[in-house]
Amino acid sequence: MNKIWIILKREYKTRVAKRSFLLMTILIPLLIFGFYAGIIAVAISGGNEIQNIAVIDKGSLFNGKIENKDNMNFTFITDEPVSSFLQKYHQQGYTSLLYISPSYTEDTIYSETQLGPVTKGRIEKVINNAIENKRMVDAHIDPTKLESIKSDITITAQVGKGNEFKKGSSDASSAVGYASGILIYITMFIYGMMVMRGVMEEKINRIAEVIVSSVKPFQLMVGKIIGIGAVGLTQFIIWVVLMFILQFFIPVFFPSMAHSMASAQAPGQQPGGLAAFLEGFKYMNFGLIVFAFIFYFLGGFLLYASLFAAVGSAVSEDQQEAQQLTLPITMPIVLAFVIMTRAAAEPESGLAVFGSLFPLTSPIVMMARIPYGIGTTVPWWQLGLSMLLLVLGFLFTAWLAGKIYRTGILMYGKKASWKEMWKWAFRS
Amino acid sequence: MSILEVRNLKKYFATQKAVDDISFNLEKGSIFGLLGPNGAGKTTLIRMITGIFYPDDGEISFDGKKFDPVNDVVNIGYMPEERGLYKKMKIGDQAVYLAQLKGLSQQEAMEKVKQWFVKFEMQSWWNKKIEDLSKGMGQKLQFVTTVLHEPKMIILDEPFSGLDPVNSNLIKDEIFNLAQKGASIIFSTHRMEQVEEICDHIILVNKGKKILDGSVSGVKQQFKENLFSIGLNHANTVSSPDIFEIIGKDNHNLIIKIRDGYKSNDVLQYFIQKNIEISSFNEKLPSLNDIFIKLVEGTSLSRQFQNINT
Repeated sequence: MNKIWIILKREYKTRVAKRSFLLMTILIPLLIFGFYAGIIAVAISGGNEIQNIAVIDKGSLFNGKIENKDNMNFTFITDEPVSSFLQKYHQQGYTSLLYISPSYTEDTIYSETQLGPVTKGRIEKVINNAIENKRMVDAHIDPTKLESIKSDITITAQVGKGNEFKKGSSDASSAVGYASGILIYITMFIYGMMVMRGVMEEKINRIAEVIVSSVKPFQLMVGKIIGIGAVGLTQFIIWVVLMFILQFFIPVFFPSMAHSMASAQAPGQQPGGLAAFLEGFKYMNFGLIVFAFIFYFLGGFLLYASLFAAVGSAVSEDQQEAQQLTLPITMPIVLAFVIMTRAAAEPESGLAVFGSLFPLTSPIVMMARIPYGIGTTVPWWQLGLSMLLLVLGFLFTAWLAGKIYRTGILMYGKKASWKEMWKWAFRS
Repeated sequence: MSILEVRNLKKYFATQKAVDDISFNLEKGSIFGLLGPNGAGKTTLIRMITGIFYPDDGEISFDGKKFDPVNDVVNIGYMPEERGLYKKMKIGDQAVYLAQLKGLSQQEAMEKVKQWFVKFEMQSWWNKKIEDLSKGMGQKLQFVTTVLHEPKMIILDEPFSGLDPVNSNLIKDEIFNLAQKGASIIFSTHRMEQVEEICDHIILVNKGKKILDGSVSGVKQQFKENLFSIGLNHANTVSSPDIFEIIGKDNHNLIIKIRDGYKSNDVLQYFIQKNIEISSFNEKLPSLNDIFIKLVEGTSLSRQFQNINT
């Protein structure tokens, strides 16, 4: 036990002390933050340039007045025909010229540069509104009355049974599920491969035999796997903390966004769109989700890392061999990912339930289902069974890998086939 | 008193009888040569007495008790032929780490490593990495990590490969030193001149079986062929008499093989009677190299794979 601890400490320290670890740990949250900040910035700053638009209203659509908004300034030109004004609208400081035809349905906008889709859309909206208004007046409909008749509601989802119902948002659940599934998928790959490379390093540099004369091969393997798992967990915790801190900076950088969020969630108002989505997060049991995430990350990691370690021990020298041998291991991970994408959308389908119980896929698939609510969408017995099977699964793979590892790590010169590895595991 | 007793040890793999019924004793404080051609089963044998492999059959007793790998590895230092260290780890840390795995506390390990580094003039290496070292320097470090925890039994597989004569001598002296302090050393190599120089006792293994066991001088006596070298004034004039047969000659030297039923004195008498002056007279014992080649030659060089039903 003590020796596993010594090995674990070395594996952990050497990796955490590496510059690349620091770089990855700090850079990834910054990148993600920067990415989102970028998206938000683009989304809220679209069409920021001031458009001076000259309007020649031959159809008398606007009756000489358009509200200046969204950075658009409209100026009516009444004393010149289009043909002559087209020659000089630009010199007079207008960015474009809007021509409303006498029938006002075939309108044209002239500009020197291509008009952005956002600006074009806004102008079209202005015209459409004016046309609708005009037609309503023509049909003797009171626009204010119509406004009060129009309906725009969203359904509030209540999840539960009996007397216990909680608000839920399937969009938010699906997003969280998808995100956690992807995160487990990526981390399992990164850290599983790290274990494999570590084992290969020991074998290729011929350290294995030196160490195995002091400790049992199984201790060496377990120490390495747990050590690297701890690295993964450390990195993950740092990410969560960093992201948590960084999210406070979003309002600082984008005050308008914070404002729009606050106004959308004003009391009495029915939340819609983004606000409803954000509202959904409030009703999720984040304590349980984080716990489940850590459990499934560790369980899945231990299960696959053992297999990766076994492959690493069977490979002799080069990376290509490793790639061939890892294929049977990476396939179930990819399969799990595919099931997860379905499960995040349909958490109760048979495939999703199967995927979340089967230990080779459960770490990824179950994480996509859990945000929908435990005890409701995911019955407690399923969660319990899934966790139990995962624990049994990694005990089995660790035992299996231990046997392959023990033989493989001391074999030099040739790559072992899957058939041979099978023999090492089940003979003797 | 033996530190290690091996009785009828067997290890069969799927296609080979790697070790097939080998027994030997290792005396305390002795230097023991384990010889054999490539693929003879030496490494498998060593792996069993270091606790890496379990024998299929047979017994190992270590220090008077049944060998218990988990606890006894502390008293064994093993430098495998296929050896290496972590390339990116600092040398000092690495030595401390390996010593800790042998059961030393961090503090003890630290002290021991420092002592040995001073002894081998390696203090300035502490913060270097293996990839910065030459191969020879790496070997030196490897030797230090093998003997650092003062094991009772030290197993060295080709310890001098990659070392220059100066460093070879440094290690050789240290091996003698350790043996004098009571450590028993198993020394496995193909370099017979080193075996002759260092070892007290040897066994020769071929195809998984022990084919020779004895002290170095005993083995040489056993394989001597009654060859003598005689220094003479006029070696050219001598012709083959009944007493001996001439194997080789030049101007002043004669190499002879004494015929059965005669002794070395008969040879001397012969020359004295002929009034030929003798300047030297030496028995020519076979070298271990000759013995090795003689015993191993004729058996097919690489072992054939065979089917073994266990």
